[in-house]
Amino acid sequence: MPSVIEVTDLRKSYGGRPVVDGVSFAVEEGEIFGILGPNGAGKTTTVECVEGLRVPDGGRIRVAGLDPVADHAEVARSLGAQLQQSEIQAKLTVREALELYAAFYPRPADWRPLAERLGLTDRLGTRFGKLSGGQRQRLFIALALIGGPRIVVLDELTTGLDPRARRDTWQLIEDVRASGVTVLLVTHFMEEAQRLCDRIAVIDKGRVAALDTPAGLIRRSAGATVISFTPSAPLDERELAALPALASVGRQNGRLTLSGTDETVDAVLTLLARHRVTAHQLRVVDATLDDAFLDLTMEATA
Amino acid sequence: MNTAVLRTEFRLFRREPAAVFWMFLFPTLLLAILGAIPAFREADASMGGLRPIDAYVPVAVLIALLMCGAQSLPQVLTGYRERGILRRMSATPVRPVALLAAQMTVQGGVALASALLALLVGRLVFGVRLPEQPGGYLLALLLAAAASLALGSVLSALSRTTKIAGAIGSAVFFPMMFCAGVWLPVQNMPHTLARVVGFTPFGAAAEALGQAAAGHWPGSEHLGVLALWAVLLTAGAARWFRWE
Repeated sequence: MPSVIEVTDLRKSYGGRPVVDGVSFAVEEGEIFGILGPNGAGKTTTVECVEGLRVPDGGRIRVAGLDPVADHAEVARSLGAQLQQSEIQAKLTVREALELYAAFYPRPADWRPLAERLGLTDRLGTRFGKLSGGQRQRLFIALALIGGPRIVVLDELTTGLDPRARRDTWQLIEDVRASGVTVLLVTHFMEEAQRLCDRIAVIDKGRVAALDTPAGLIRRSAGATVISFTPSAPLDERELAALPALASVGRQNGRLTLSGTDETVDAVLTLLARHRVTAHQLRVVDATLDDAFLDLTMEATA
Repeated sequence: MNTAVLRTEFRLFRREPAAVFWMFLFPTLLLAILGAIPAFREADASMGGLRPIDAYVPVAVLIALLMCGAQSLPQVLTGYRERGILRRMSATPVRPVALLAAQMTVQGGVALASALLALLVGRLVFGVRLPEQPGGYLLALLLAAAASLALGSVLSALSRTTKIAGAIGSAVFFPMMFCAGVWLPVQNMPHTLARVVGFTPFGAAAEALGQAAAGHWPGSEHLGVLALWAVLLTAGAARWFRWE
């Protein structure tokens, strides 16, 4: 079966400066696909091309087999979008906005349960201009889902939401996916990407730096294991630097943080025993997506 | 035209008390105030026996169109672009042009309704005769409405922010008010001035409406000037308007 979204060698520049410089990926039906990257990496431009809001300079995009620019209306009927930096009319109430946007689609979802689900039921009579940032964000998520889309593109989904609303929204996205909808998610929250995404494309400087499952990204990063402790006596710099498979060394307030592999951990313990140094508050943890992300995007910088 | 968008925009227009007042009520209110001055109700030989109040009805009819084209429409359209409302609409099967079309329909419709109100109040309260050449009057009015909506779109195209739209709008508004004859009806202007003013859209509209009110078919030079402005401004708006 062909992929629901296919992006091949996408290119887009603004004023001669390439923002997206040869991005390719494919999103399969029913998956939650994440696009992760630092600010200005070209994430938003990439998804705006997928939504048909921008015309690519080069490359090819297919959404359910259609060109999002040439077949805009048809793509827009099956693709729901939550955009950055957009608003609706300030004096439109939540209910009116939901009803208006529902009228744009041939088979809209019922807005009442959607509003309920997003905690907007007691705000139905409130005008958009009077909503808080989090309420606006929830309304935008509702508007992205109102057309009963086959694909939903969410750009910075949970920005501006409090921790509870964020978790509720994650649950909602998982339910949406469970109903068969494909989700393309732009985020810079590692926790969000790790929890929700089946696969992640890490974009940096307009290129795909890595594309894998969250676990795969962590595994392939150099410092998959992090060991931290406060040594009872200073350790020799050169001996530390010589540790096997060491990815990084950090010092803060007398506390050492080393990242590497299990082999590094063994060697650190041996080193400590040899010098009879005690490791206070010793912690050995698996690296998070956060670490993998920094590792991947730093590599590209170097 | 998307009817859901049109209904929504009409509802939103009614939620703007300032727009409702200035576009719908103010022109008639101005007419009523002027008509309350006894001298405005006395025939004036220099105006061919017309009373000043008779000459002010076409002016009142044009004020609503001016408010719409120079003030209200550029503000709304620029705001819709500035705040990303057009962008949000682009991500739906309904194109953002539906929003522009709805705004123009609502504002154009309100301005024409305001013109009708001024005509009715003029007739019922001050005994101003209804246009004796209604076909010519309607044609001139529709051309003026087209020029006014196109003017609003051009101003919005040239303004990056609503602040700029407000400034340019005011800069255009007052000279246009003068041309429409708010301070001095075109018929009373010195000949050379009247000729110059006749080349502006609202000057030409005032001349055409005045002629139709008196029972003549509006002069083709006035209708031609209006039509030319409408075409040029529409072309300018199409050329320069940016969706974001």
